[in-house]
Amino acid sequence: MNDLGAAAATALHLVLTADPALAQIVLLSLRVSCSALLIASLVGLPLGALLAVARFPGRSAILTMLNALMGLPPVVAGLLIYLLLSRSGPLGHLGLLFTPGAMIVAQALLITPILAALSRQVLEGLWEEYAEQLRSFGAGPVRAVPTLLWDGRFALLTVLLAGFGRASAEVGAVMIVGGNIEGFTRVMTTAIALETSAGNLPLALALGLVLMTIVLVVNALAQASRDFATRAGA
Amino acid sequence: MRAPDTILPLRAEGLGFSAGGVAILSDVALTLEAGSPSIIVGPNGAGKSVLLRLLHGLLTPSTGRVLWAGDAARRQAMVFQRPVLLRRSVLANAVYPLALAGIPAASREARACAALEMVGLAALADRPARRLSGGEQQRLALARAAALSPEVLFLDEPCASLDPAATRAVEEIVGRLAARGTKIVMTTHDLGQARRLAGEVLFLNRGRLSEQTPAALFFSQPATPEAAAFLRGELVW
Repeated sequence: MNDLGAAAATALHLVLTADPALAQIVLLSLRVSCSALLIASLVGLPLGALLAVARFPGRSAILTMLNALMGLPPVVAGLLIYLLLSRSGPLGHLGLLFTPGAMIVAQALLITPILAALSRQVLEGLWEEYAEQLRSFGAGPVRAVPTLLWDGRFALLTVLLAGFGRASAEVGAVMIVGGNIEGFTRVMTTAIALETSAGNLPLALALGLVLMTIVLVVNALAQASRDFATRAGA
Repeated sequence: MRAPDTILPLRAEGLGFSAGGVAILSDVALTLEAGSPSIIVGPNGAGKSVLLRLLHGLLTPSTGRVLWAGDAARRQAMVFQRPVLLRRSVLANAVYPLALAGIPAASREARACAALEMVGLAALADRPARRLSGGEQQRLALARAAALSPEVLFLDEPCASLDPAATRAVEEIVGRLAARGTKIVMTTHDLGQARRLAGEVLFLNRGRLSEQTPAALFFSQPATPEAAAFLRGELVW
């Protein structure tokens, strides 16, 4: 118990003094997850919007698959990217394996289905509300997409935050394609795994504190966005 | 003298609409000329809203066709019973259809502001549209339709959800648009409103057009017994 107390105290000290090793890990984590979110949103949001407005045979099969992919295990996402990027794989010549680049790709793969499926849900509800009026103005489904994306901005922000939360919390994908190399591909989640199993509790606890704080902040932002939207009448 | 470039008269021939095996409209034939407002009345479920949507082009007829005298694509607009407003400011809502119609950016805001002036919402231009009252929202819907300067304005029971004061404001705007030359085609279940606004009345019952008569004549001497019963306030089906 005393060890735990001492570890916690050290952890707090590391956080409050912005220990360089800690800071480097946190910044890398944020960089990887934010970049992954950017790429995933460029693919996922328009895809969700198009699925929301388009009607074609096979649509419900695609939606079912997309929903299922929301539950893609991070280790599997990591495995898929590993197979692509390994030296004997089709994209091995890019030399991305065991670099932050590979981690970004893996996390982007992981969260794109989440962004697409959730934004589809949001925007389909919006389209149902707007369709008749927009068509009366001469805007067909495709022309409606930018309108839906902007009008759904608060709900879509929540979707983005959900994607970011998923990315920053996962271990498996970045562990496999990143290799958890100290100072290069070690992020918060993989560092916690490593330091805990090595018995280095203070650093693990400190990282855990920061990660929890980030999770709480993300959720608070999502809630604030919803509240603001309601109050602003949006 | 060359005939003006107009999309009226609007003709419907043999118009029918079925959904799920149920015939909602059957064999409707009508001609709507430019001029005073045409008000469509009839019991609930008669098919008034469906008829309006067929004429506006939102629904495809199961049988028959709708014929305009010109290219009607951007020269008609519709106001629905419940206004659907975008999650933006009042002014942005008024500008939106102008942007869709390809009106150059420079003149969009001026036209939108003029439309808002006309309906008395200019002071609320920056307010989020969805924070307006029901009556104000419907006036905004009218403003953005009017901003397009349509030749024909369809209105589907625009006052059904409004209190009397808001109803009166809407009727006044509709009257002004009619005076400016916009052809009004409106459905209502409020006979008083029909009396106030109609130039001619179309009586729809059970999916069929029973009468199309100048207003004064319709209210004093309806041609069909169903219309007479309806005017007396009886339940008709």
